Amino acid sequence: MKKILLLLLFVSTSALLSAQNDLLDLLDEGPTTDYATASFKANRVISGQSIENTPRGVLDFKIAHRFGQFRFGFEEFWGLDNANTRIGFDYGITDRFMVGVGRSSNADKIVETFGKYKILRQSSGKKVMPVTLSYYADMGIKTSDFPATDPPRDELFSNRLSYTHQLLIGRKFSETFTLQLMPTLLHRNFVPTTEDANDIIAMGIAGRLKITKRVAINAEYYYTLPDQIVSYDYENALALGVDIETGGHVFQLHITNSGDMNYKGIISDTREDWFYQDENDKWLSGLRFGFNISRVFTIVKPKDFY
Amino acid sequence: MNKLIFASILSLLFSVSLPAQQYFSRNALVKFDATAPSSPEEIKAVNRSGTAVLDVATGDMAWKVLIKNFLFEKSLMQEHFNENYLESGKFPNATFSGKIVNLSDVNFKKDGEYKVRTKGIMEMHGVKKDVEIPGTITVKDGKLQVKTNFSVACADYNVKIPGTVSDKVGKEVKINIDAPMEPKS
Repeated sequence: MKKILLLLLFVSTSALLSAQNDLLDLLDEGPTTDYATASFKANRVISGQSIENTPRGVLDFKIAHRFGQFRFGFEEFWGLDNANTRIGFDYGITDRFMVGVGRSSNADKIVETFGKYKILRQSSGKKVMPVTLSYYADMGIKTSDFPATDPPRDELFSNRLSYTHQLLIGRKFSETFTLQLMPTLLHRNFVPTTEDANDIIAMGIAGRLKITKRVAINAEYYYTLPDQIVSYDYENALALGVDIETGGHVFQLHITNSGDMNYKGIISDTREDWFYQDENDKWLSGLRFGFNISRVFTIVKPKDFY
Repeated sequence: MNKLIFASILSLLFSVSLPAQQYFSRNALVKFDATAPSSPEEIKAVNRSGTAVLDVATGDMAWKVLIKNFLFEKSLMQEHFNENYLESGKFPNATFSGKIVNLSDVNFKKDGEYKVRTKGIMEMHGVKKDVEIPGTITVKDGKLQVKTNFSVACADYNVKIPGTVSDKVGKEVKINIDAPMEPKS
């Protein structure tokens, strides 16, 4: 008899203890959609775009430098004396649509304006989308003068224009690894000869590996398809970098063979390879150092905040 | 003999969760402030979709707050909070599971303000801790308003603050909760 009583007492107390855990289970809301965030630490991988956007109401001030080649040594302070700068502003109109403007000090002195729209967002849970898909378009205007010709040529304003259209398809595979593909179309209104294509197709591939919570390494490669640029020798741009994130800044440091910070330069004007041999079979390097700094400012506060 | 059987059947019946009245909240306001005393900028966030359930018969209470729903003024701060500090990808929720220890002090059928003490387990960032949290329950027109203020230490939940921002992010975080609860039996 006592045994039965004890058993009953045991059952009743264990039922009471499980009540608290059952309560927590009652708060389970079922599957929700989890959108991938922070696939890259910035909206640029290195020189080209990433699948990340500037959030709504945020202004991102961008300063980028690409220096001269390391091989010029101490005289040029390993390229630091020959610096090209791009100053730009990116702004998030919505969380999915951003715009930007920037000016580079390279020879063409291109001012470009762009828009980037996130068409698909990678998500898991209730709604599954394996990739993020974005569309980028820009218009660049060469603001430096064309070299004088003999006889003098009628320089049309439209000669200064170039356009880029790009699809960015990326996936954050894990907290540490993201990969993206960037099929790109560059249109140059004015090309050196009639044999050169006005429309150039290139394929970009980029990835990042997060090594600590605030440090990541990136790689970005643009392959310009052959037989489009005919009148001069060009190279494909490859960049390798490190991203360091602090409270309000992202510092991106890298080495690259491309001295340009816009797509016209990267895809159609990269002239030296990482390592190449000159006419005397001497090995040279077209590598240079560069960095990007990004500083964000909140212009429009979120509606529901406090 | 019969008395024993009768008593044991009664005790078994009462141990089974009777359909006692439970109050729910799906829009609990959870605010926190982690601004260090000398910080040039504020570290504050608000979550308007905290969930909670209270069983008035037993005093058992459970809270669940989705970390991704904390809204900051600065979106980069929100990204860092999720990616680097609370690691919400790995630990999506902060939960509390416990009970009101002075349940008899509260009359859920009579309008008024009642001070309560709760005791339970708080789980955040993958760390469970025994906590005792005081609060007030205001009963009005059959609904409850649960309010509480308390502090947690970042170190207690393994939330690491890097040296570079130690002048901005405080070691102690002040938490403020204001939750309307409605009955649903």
